[in-house]
Amino acid sequence: MFKLLKRKSFRFDIRHQNGFTSIAIICFIFLYTPIFTMMVYAFNQGDSIALWEGFSLRWFVSAWGNEQVKDSALRSLIVAIFASGISTTVATMAAIATTRTKSFRGQNIVYAIINQPLMVPEIVTGVALLIFFALVKTVTGYAGLGFLILAHTAFCIPFAYLPIRARLEGMDLILETAAADLYATPWKTFRLVTFPLLFPGIIAGAMLAFVISLDNVVITELVKSAGQDTLPTYMLGQLRRAITPEINAISTVLLAITVVILTLFYLLNRKSE
Amino acid sequence: MKQQRSEIAIRIEDITKIYGEGRGKVIALQDVSIDIPENEFFTLLGPSGCGKTTLLRLIAGFEHPTKGKIHLYGKDITAYPPYKRKVNTVFQNYALFPHMTVAENIAFGLEMLGKPKKETDETVNEMLTLVKMEDLKNRQISQISGGQQQRVALARALAPKPRVLLLDEPLSALDQKLRKEMQIELKRLQSETGITFVFVTHDQEEALTMSNRIAVLNSGKVLQIGTPREIYKQPSERFVADFIGETNFLKAEILGCANGVASLTLPSGKTVETNVQKGFSPEGTVNIVIRPEHATVVEDPAESLLQGRLINAVYFGTDMRYHIELESGETFTVRIQNNPDDKTSTQFLGTEVCIGLHKNAVQILKD
Ligand SMILES: Nc1ncnc2c1ncn2[C@@H]1O[C@H](COP(=O)(O)OP(=O)(O)O)[C@@H](O)[C@H]1O
Ligand SMILES: [Mg+2]
Repeated sequence: MFKLLKRKSFRFDIRHQNGFTSIAIICFIFLYTPIFTMMVYAFNQGDSIALWEGFSLRWFVSAWGNEQVKDSALRSLIVAIFASGISTTVATMAAIATTRTKSFRGQNIVYAIINQPLMVPEIVTGVALLIFFALVKTVTGYAGLGFLILAHTAFCIPFAYLPIRARLEGMDLILETAAADLYATPWKTFRLVTFPLLFPGIIAGAMLAFVISLDNVVITELVKSAGQDTLPTYMLGQLRRAITPEINAISTVLLAITVVILTLFYLLNRKSE
Repeated sequence: MKQQRSEIAIRIEDITKIYGEGRGKVIALQDVSIDIPENEFFTLLGPSGCGKTTLLRLIAGFEHPTKGKIHLYGKDITAYPPYKRKVNTVFQNYALFPHMTVAENIAFGLEMLGKPKKETDETVNEMLTLVKMEDLKNRQISQISGGQQQRVALARALAPKPRVLLLDEPLSALDQKLRKEMQIELKRLQSETGITFVFVTHDQEEALTMSNRIAVLNSGKVLQIGTPREIYKQPSERFVADFIGETNFLKAEILGCANGVASLTLPSGKTVETNVQKGFSPEGTVNIVIRPEHATVVEDPAESLLQGRLINAVYFGTDMRYHIELESGETFTVRIQNNPDDKTSTQFLGTEVCIGLHKNAVQILKD
């Protein structure tokens, strides 16, 4: 998946196909004009998200001072950190299990199960989790953040899994053989050879999972208990009321964080080639 | 020369290795038995796909035999995992750890054995000196050349002082010049360390020049084991004779065989005597081989053992090769060393020539 993005030399140069450039430009306009507009109005002096009244940072200040924003942003971070941490650990083990063992019957089914959240509509996963967690809540009485973390972990696993597995598949098995030849037990081989070489893949997977968790709306909206808004669901809630450029400011910050993380992800993936 | 009393370092006992099962199964090795004494430079020679790598992987413990046993200094290690065998491997493409420096790579095995830091450092330096890589100690693996990586791979495998070192075509990735240098280097390392080397190659010249003994393999079977001289001068089978050096194949009729000497009739009708190995008593029609340099062109028809028409004379610098069409139809090659006064011999093309043979030039094959 990521290899495809990076492939540099095609035998024929796709840029020389007629019409491609104009189509690409139109796509970029469609994609980025709204985002750009949103970002510009984050710096609006006035109360409107459509009428420009001059430059100011007041909405960023206002968002920073908003307790609800701070509260939900913190919750988003906590959930994203735990969910990406747990899902990356699970994904690493799954990737090793699916590439470093002899091929076994039903291996394709295992891949399908791991990648399931990529295929099943989010709303279905969300509803299923909602029903299941409702049951657990009544039985146990627990209604904390754990459910949200668990739900996020579940749909983050495939995103963490893909770059890790790609890296493992690109790693020569002969290095692990060489370690065993030099008296390293299987655990030492993993710790001193497999893991260090796999590490860039693990970091990439964790960052991808982090971003995916950070901006999830549908599943969060369905699974969260009262007063458990994350930043995206808080923003969604705000949109139903009067809209001020404060939303633009928050979105801009969220976008900036995502862009930074994805850029790091890209660089890491490229460097480790 | 041969030490009679030396201990057996590796005993390969009746090993069969089958990959896969059912229709896709591959018999990589079949009933292979080899004893390799201590301090020997032992070579596994054979064409690609004959099972050389498989045999090394079995000794190292990366694969398990379908049948048979492997002993290391008398101890059955067949069931041991690789990390419990005092055997190290130099891999075909080196397999150096890319995230470690040269010194860290060499230290890896010692650290895994739990050697104290001081001893490890000393051994690493010793190894760096041994392979002449002192200056590149702290380089990253990606910062050194292929030939240097080769040396590091050797040092890394030798550092834990294994009882046996396995080398899987270690020189095949090097260019001709570097290859010759490394051949000498490997011989030196083997004699300096006294470690038993099991060396794999598909290059017959490399095998002949480097080994104490050679096992010739084909299609998963051992065809012949012997010193380079024995393998070259007394190939037991057609494949061995053909794979190693140039050879003339002929048929002959056995007249009799006694006291290790067989007398036989050549296609020309002349009779010669030749030594045969103990316990081998050929009879009837047999295949024989004669090395081109064990034959010569003679003037005196009385000395002639084979006759034919000279069809080609090729100048090879060190020697001439004469291709002679025998009366029986086969082409026979004679190789004669050149001297400073040699002249062109093309004027003889098409003429009848007589071929003489050195003593014991005829070798009787078992198949
Ligand atoms: N892991 C494996 N699975 C199936 N067949 C194999 C495997 N390894 C080697 N073989 C087969 O076993 C035979 C011997 O291979 P190998 O030992 O690598 O030969 P060599 O090193 O002499 O070239 C070949 O036919 C090869 O295709
Ligand atoms: Mg091989």
